[in-house]
Amino acid sequence: MKHTISVLLEDKPGALARIATMFARRGFNIDSLAVGPTERPGVSCITLRVDAEHHSLEQIEKQIHKLVNVLRVTELAPEEAVERELLLLKVGADPERRAELVSTAEAFKGRVVDLGPDTVTFELTGTPEELDAFEELARPYGIKELVRTGRVGIARASARKASRLSAIN
Amino acid sequence: MNGADAILRSLEAEGVEVMFGIPGGAIMPTYDAMARGTTVRHVLARHEQGAGHMAQGYARASGKVGVGIGTSGPGATNLVTPIADAWMDSTPLVCITGQVRSTLIGTDAFQECDITGITMPIVKHSWLVQNVKDIPAVIKAAFHVASTGRCGPVLVDVPRDIQEAELDFTYPETVDLPGWRPPRKVHPLQIRDAAERIAKAEKPVLYVGGGTINGDACDELRTLAEVGELPVVTTLMGKGAFPETHPLFFGWPGMHGTKWANIAMNTCDVLVAIGSRFDDPVTGKLTAFAPGATVIHLDIDPAEISKLRDADIPVVGPLKKAVHELAIAVGKHRAAGVPGPSAWVRRIEDLRDEFPLRYGSGGEWLKPQKVVETLQELTAGDDVIVTTGVGQHQMWAMQYILTEKPRNFITSGGLGTMGYGIPAAIGAKAARPEATVVCIDGDGCFQMTAQELTTAVIDDLPIIVVLVNNGYLGMVTQWQDMFFDGRRSHVGLGADVPDYVKLAEAYGGVGMLVESEAELEPALREALSLNRTVVIDCRVDPAEQCFPMIPSGAAAIDMVEYQDPVEATS
Ligand SMILES: Cc1ncc(C[n+]2csc(CCOP(=O)(O)OP(=O)(O)O)c2C)c(N)n1
Ligand SMILES: [Mg+2]
Repeated sequence: MKHTISVLLEDKPGALARIATMFARRGFNIDSLAVGPTERPGVSCITLRVDAEHHSLEQIEKQIHKLVNVLRVTELAPEEAVERELLLLKVGADPERRAELVSTAEAFKGRVVDLGPDTVTFELTGTPEELDAFEELARPYGIKELVRTGRVGIARASARKASRLSAIN
Repeated sequence: MNGADAILRSLEAEGVEVMFGIPGGAIMPTYDAMARGTTVRHVLARHEQGAGHMAQGYARASGKVGVGIGTSGPGATNLVTPIADAWMDSTPLVCITGQVRSTLIGTDAFQECDITGITMPIVKHSWLVQNVKDIPAVIKAAFHVASTGRCGPVLVDVPRDIQEAELDFTYPETVDLPGWRPPRKVHPLQIRDAAERIAKAEKPVLYVGGGTINGDACDELRTLAEVGELPVVTTLMGKGAFPETHPLFFGWPGMHGTKWANIAMNTCDVLVAIGSRFDDPVTGKLTAFAPGATVIHLDIDPAEISKLRDADIPVVGPLKKAVHELAIAVGKHRAAGVPGPSAWVRRIEDLRDEFPLRYGSGGEWLKPQKVVETLQELTAGDDVIVTTGVGQHQMWAMQYILTEKPRNFITSGGLGTMGYGIPAAIGAKAARPEATVVCIDGDGCFQMTAQELTTAVIDDLPIIVVLVNNGYLGMVTQWQDMFFDGRRSHVGLGADVPDYVKLAEAYGGVGMLVESEAELEPALREALSLNRTVVIDCRVDPAEQCFPMIPSGAAAIDMVEYQDPVEATS
């Protein structure tokens, strides 16, 4: 079972390394990790996609919470959060087949950010599942390069109370 | 003043009495500041591992934070084992290391080593100080983190140029650690549920670990046990949390614990874990451990709850408070007429009578158990701190030393660090000079840190080393004999080299040789009367193995009892 966890942490040297080391040491699996600043100066947010097959989500959360730089740990439950990811995709497409692929991308609200003699580069933002779908559709054209940011997420206004995992004490 | 002075003024402000360390290039400004004067006593170790274990022994004997100090690179890496040990056993420890100049960091400079990186998985937190003005706040935070919540090690790495830079010193009154909020309250509903379940249990057991000592909850534990009439077992780390001569004390669980303790734990209906963590030497095969028991788990660290064994009733919070409130709540049930588990207590007493600890007479050989038992007899009731190495002798020390008070039995449980005993004893002596400190050591362990006998002599921290000399890495030998068809692979130490008596004398101490039971008691008596550093080389039966024992994979019920030794094959 996969979960998305949002971790607010002090922007201190080594803070990210501490989380990564702890995951490695305890054998927790990370599917994706995205890190960046927040509205609060000196506070970063890490969105983690974790696989809780061999360890309980509760255990993973508690271990993160024990790290001294960590301010808050929240699970972003799918129905109570918005999740987005950015994809950059370079596809080999000769001029005849380009139009077709460009219109597919448009259907996903993607856009062309670079054109070469025999490649097109698309930028796409969406839910990770949408990006997966576009990736599959683009595959037959020949994917040359692909990068994804990993998902970031935020609780919806309607979420009663973002399931605060760190509510223990 | 400069950063180095600021380090010392900060340690003084924290009330540090003694630190253990070795100087070197990157920490020289701080040692120079020591030469200018400080109230903190510095004990010069002969190896930084020794310094670290001394700081641990100091912390465990006193309940205060231990302080180790060393230079960058090799000085820092030598501190890694004590840091890992303190991490596993939740010992409050602050290690201060010098680092190469800020401008050289990352260039593979002489004696540069990324010690914050190396120790990241084994510290609660660490700081690489980047601005001299941060020193007071960092040291304040370091002591706070090491000693609050679940205790443990922290590291402060200070580049040489930062030690030399100037600052205006003020020591902060508060710490600025918004992310460090260890639990301070105990949930009353959880106490209520736990108390009800405990009071109504027919076969309860209190399974007490080292967290009870760290949490200063031993008096509260005693009250809980007495008002509830609840049998107590303590882990190796919990040894001393409950008086071992108390009628409700029922031994130690786990691989070389007592059979009655293991049967009690594994057949109980309510298992109350107090500052203990279900580690594998205690549980054996986890899925087969205490089947059917309702688990109530009290711990300061929320992450320990349900980490290995699901807790039916979790109680998170400071143990002093939690156990106190639990004792009151259980007491109310008893006062209301809910009877204590007398029949169950009688049953465990019967098991104890049925499967007592025992060992053979040994013919001409001195038995290792006899060594420890005699030491116990001669020191019963005295203010004695026992430390140990790791191996068979450690298990015999657990079985035959009866510890009456917390902080009087100091051993490496979680990491199982050979060489812990001698430096830990020296640190304990520094903490409590009025106590007699005895290290029960193995011949293998002894040589891992024996150089610290120098420190004991020169710094006037006399300890007695009772060397259980079986000529083998005994615990490994035992495993080879039992689980590897007796193939002895590189476990023989030889009985004659080194000459421990001469070695003790070379270090400036007293050496004694004990080769028979008759020589044992007089030697121990003399050692206890000397107030000097003494090594008693006790030549014990090399074939003796440690029992009882749960064979790997077996259930505690099938604990193997004492067997007379067979002759060693090599
Ligand atoms: C630093 C370290 N290295 C290796 C081990 C593995 N080990 C555990 S017990 C033991 C033998 C200890 O020998 P000794 O000190 O003579 O004690 P005995 O078992 O003979 O009482 C060894 C090698 C360890 N625990 N620690
Ligand atoms: Mg030995």
